[in-house]
Amino acid sequence: MSTIAADARLATRASSRAHSSERLRRYLRNLGTLVLSTVIVVWTLAPLYNMVLISLEPEGDVFTDHIWPRVPSVESFWGVLTQGHWYLEHFWRQFANSLYIGLMVTFFALLFGRLRIRHGWLVSNAALLTYVIPASFLAIPFYRIMQNYGLANNPWSVIAALVAFATPYAIFVFQEYGRSIPIEVDESARIDGASPPQIYLRIYLPLMAPALVAVGTYALLLAWNEYLYQFLLLSSKSSMTVPVALAQFLSSDQSPWNYMMATAIIYAAPPVAIYYAFRRRMTAGLTMGGVKG
Amino acid sequence: MSSVRQVLAAGLDALNRPRRSAWRRNRHGSELAWAIAFVVPYAAVFFAFVVYPVAYALWMARDPALYRDLIASPLYAQTVINTALFVGLGVNVKMFLALMLSGFFMRRRWWVKATLPVFMLPWALPAIPAFVSFHWMLIGEEGLVDGLLSALFGIQGPLWFNDRGLALGSNIVAYIWKWMPFWTLTFYAARTAIPHEIYEAAAVDGATGSRRFTHVVLPLLGNLYLVCTLLSTLWTIGDFTTVSLVSEGAPAYSTDVLATLGFHYAFDAAQPSLGVAAVMSALPVLIPIVIILMCALQTREVQL
Repeated sequence: MSTIAADARLATRASSRAHSSERLRRYLRNLGTLVLSTVIVVWTLAPLYNMVLISLEPEGDVFTDHIWPRVPSVESFWGVLTQGHWYLEHFWRQFANSLYIGLMVTFFALLFGRLRIRHGWLVSNAALLTYVIPASFLAIPFYRIMQNYGLANNPWSVIAALVAFATPYAIFVFQEYGRSIPIEVDESARIDGASPPQIYLRIYLPLMAPALVAVGTYALLLAWNEYLYQFLLLSSKSSMTVPVALAQFLSSDQSPWNYMMATAIIYAAPPVAIYYAFRRRMTAGLTMGGVKG
Repeated sequence: MSSVRQVLAAGLDALNRPRRSAWRRNRHGSELAWAIAFVVPYAAVFFAFVVYPVAYALWMARDPALYRDLIASPLYAQTVINTALFVGLGVNVKMFLALMLSGFFMRRRWWVKATLPVFMLPWALPAIPAFVSFHWMLIGEEGLVDGLLSALFGIQGPLWFNDRGLALGSNIVAYIWKWMPFWTLTFYAARTAIPHEIYEAAAVDGATGSRRFTHVVLPLLGNLYLVCTLLSTLWTIGDFTTVSLVSEGAPAYSTDVLATLGFHYAFDAAQPSLGVAAVMSALPVLIPIVIILMCALQTREVQL
């Protein structure tokens, strides 16, 4: 009798100890994830904090080793927006150049990419070549070729290069997406007497809308963020784009750094906004092919 | 340039799906004409802006004497070592951390979920502002990193770009900062695609925690990991932006990689052929990687 009670007591104690050790373990695990989250946030935000810090400095106060802005000033942002410094005389022009190139690349990537849906297999293997050649390796011949074509300092040279580099992705996404449209749709349209361009315009385009958004976003961001080709091909002040202007700041020793960082922040804002607006879509595009290892 | 191109990892496997033969069955006459009309515009762009530059590059770098010059140059040998370190360390550390972090982001805690959108910021941000900021954080006493070191610990931080090792390390860290989120998201998407039943079955058989990782997750993600690593290697070998903005090759061109060295040869030293030859010398490495990549895309021993 008493042994049974003792056993029962022992068992309860053991189970409560197991319980508390389980709780402790869970607590530690939560603490661990919390610490790791904090580390990730600090690691991610440090360079961004640095940008904001420098951009908020009043002019002439940049070369000091403090870690908080002492006299925060938004003068630099104002200066950029009003083109108030000689480095920034053409800010809006450059901004418009960036935008123009971005939109043109988007347009053509969509145009060419869409055209691929039906017969893509013919060229998609060739397009893969564009994937695997690092773009920077073609920069020097490209520069020469553009000089020969007489397109130096012309935004169209950059547009051409970026369209060539953005299209393979468009082709793959549209192919992938086109596969989900049943063949019967096409056959029944054909029976009703639709010609290929009609099938294309009336049936495919409306059905492909989500893929169009994904590819459009991709192409726009690609063109907006690209640096090397713009740096190479656009060197005059009126034709250059914002990233090239930013890099120009670095090449001098006496640039207004607060203006540079303010420019950088203004330049970075649109892609970040677009990214977060279309995050779901872009992630969906990623899962579309990515997970099928 | 390789910036957002990374996104395209997604579509790659489209290539090795079985083709739908129905399209080819009755294509003649006007159908064929339309097919050609659809293909011609892209084919024109492809030949003018991809094939022609490639051919031109090969033609520019055709002289064997260029390669003798390169091998004789100590700067070139150093650059090859830098490129190997930058790509080898950068890609592998980044991929491994991305795989680990993707598991971390699977946890169901609100603070973990809240961290994910913040963690994605480097991917959303254009490369130029990010690397310019890294350059300024490490510029020396005026930089944020050394400022923090002296404010928190009272020590004098190093001059990051005066030492080859530190400058190379800075490039690699900036590179990992920029590109790790994208690959983490890729692995995260792959992990969420693993059906929950598999985990449950594994848990019944006693595979939890680290065992679950080695016996369930790793076999399922192994091929994807390989494909992503190879793709990332290809793009990183051609990376120009990181090195040209973070360390700017300092000190004295000693941290240059092939892409930036080719650029220096072509535009600072006015020897474009030598510049093209420098980047073309990466082909013996690039081509095998492309071949392995194709093979890895063909093998799909694990399919969910």
